[in-house]
Amino acid sequence: MIDLPESGSEIPAGNIAPDFTLPTTPDSNVSLKSYRGRPVVLVFYPADWSPVCSDQLSLYQAALSEFQQYNAQLLGISVDGVWCHMAFARNRGYQFPLVSDFHPKGVVAQTYGVYRDSDGMSERALFVIDPEGTITWSYVSPINVNPGADGILRALDLMQAHVGR
Amino acid sequence: MITPETISMLTYAPTLVTPVTPQDHILGLVDAPVVLVEYGDYECPYCKAAQPVVKSVLATMGDDLALVFRHFPLSNIHPFAWKAAEAAEAAGAQDMFWEYHDVLFENQPALDVRHLIAYADELDLDVERFADELTRDVHSRRVHEDFRGGILSGVNGTPTFFVNGVRYDGDRDAASLLRALRAAMS
Repeated sequence: MIDLPESGSEIPAGNIAPDFTLPTTPDSNVSLKSYRGRPVVLVFYPADWSPVCSDQLSLYQAALSEFQQYNAQLLGISVDGVWCHMAFARNRGYQFPLVSDFHPKGVVAQTYGVYRDSDGMSERALFVIDPEGTITWSYVSPINVNPGADGILRALDLMQAHVGR
Repeated sequence: MITPETISMLTYAPTLVTPVTPQDHILGLVDAPVVLVEYGDYECPYCKAAQPVVKSVLATMGDDLALVFRHFPLSNIHPFAWKAAEAAEAAGAQDMFWEYHDVLFENQPALDVRHLIAYADELDLDVERFADELTRDVHSRRVHEDFRGGILSGVNGTPTFFVNGVRYDGDRDAASLLRALRAAMS
C-alpha cells in the first residue's frame, strides 16, 4: 500500500523539489533538474481547456516577459496527454512547455502532494523553485480560483534579493 | 535565507500596489471617497459586459465615486487588444480617452488598426497624429506599465476591479458591486 499525501499537503517551502522526467510533446521530454541554475515556476493545473485554467495560463503567457526578467522557466503541468497539450498550446498561443503527468497518471502531482483522488486531477498549485532546486514558495489555490501571478513574482523577487545579498 | 515569515507575507489579500495618480484616466472627482479601479481589455467580452454595470454604479453614486481604467490586454487570446489599448492612449493624448474607450467597447470585436483609425476619425481627432503615434508604438510603454502593475496587484483576469485599493472578488452585477462600493464609504 502506497502512502499518498492527502490533498492540502503540498510540499512546503524549504524542501528540495522532487525531480521528474516527463514528456511535453510526442517526441520530447523535460527534466526538472535540467533547469538547475535558474528559477523554475511549476504550475499544476487541473485540466487543459477548462475555463479557469485557460485564463490562468493566458495570464502567465502574458506575464512571460516578467518571469524572464528573473531568468525563470515557466512549466505548466497537468494529467492531460501530450496530444491534448499540443492542441491546447497551439490554440491558445502558449510559448512555454506543458508537461504531461499522464503515465503513470498523476505520479508527479502525487509526489508534490497536490493530486486529487476524488476526481483524478491535480490541484491548482504553484511551486516556485530556486536555482539550486529548493522550493521557495508553494501555494494551492481553491480549484476554481485563478491565483494570478503576483505571488509568483513576489517569490521570485525575494529569491533574487536573497541571492544578491 | 527565505524564512517561513517571509513566505507567509506572500499569501496576502491582493491589493493595488500601484496607487492611483493624476497620470491615470480618472472619470469623476480625484478626491472622491470611493475609487473603483478597473483593469480591462478592449477585446474581452466580459469587459464589454461590465460596461453597463460600471456606468450604472457611476450614475447611482454620483460624486461619491470615481472610476479609473487601466489596461490589461491578454495578447495571446486577444490579438487586437494591445493595439486597441495603445489607441485609447493615443485618443487620451488628445483628451478623448473616455469617449474613445466607450467606442472601442461598443464596436468590439472590430478592433484592427484600420477600424481603430476610423473610430478616431469619427470622434474628430487629429487622425494623422493618432495614426503616427500608433505606428510608432508611442503608447506601448504606458500599456506595459499598466499591465505590469496589474500583475503585481493580483489581477487574475479581466475585468478585475479594485475598490479603494482592495481587489473586488464579488459578483459582477450592479447591485453586488454597489453594495461593495457603499460599504467602502463607511
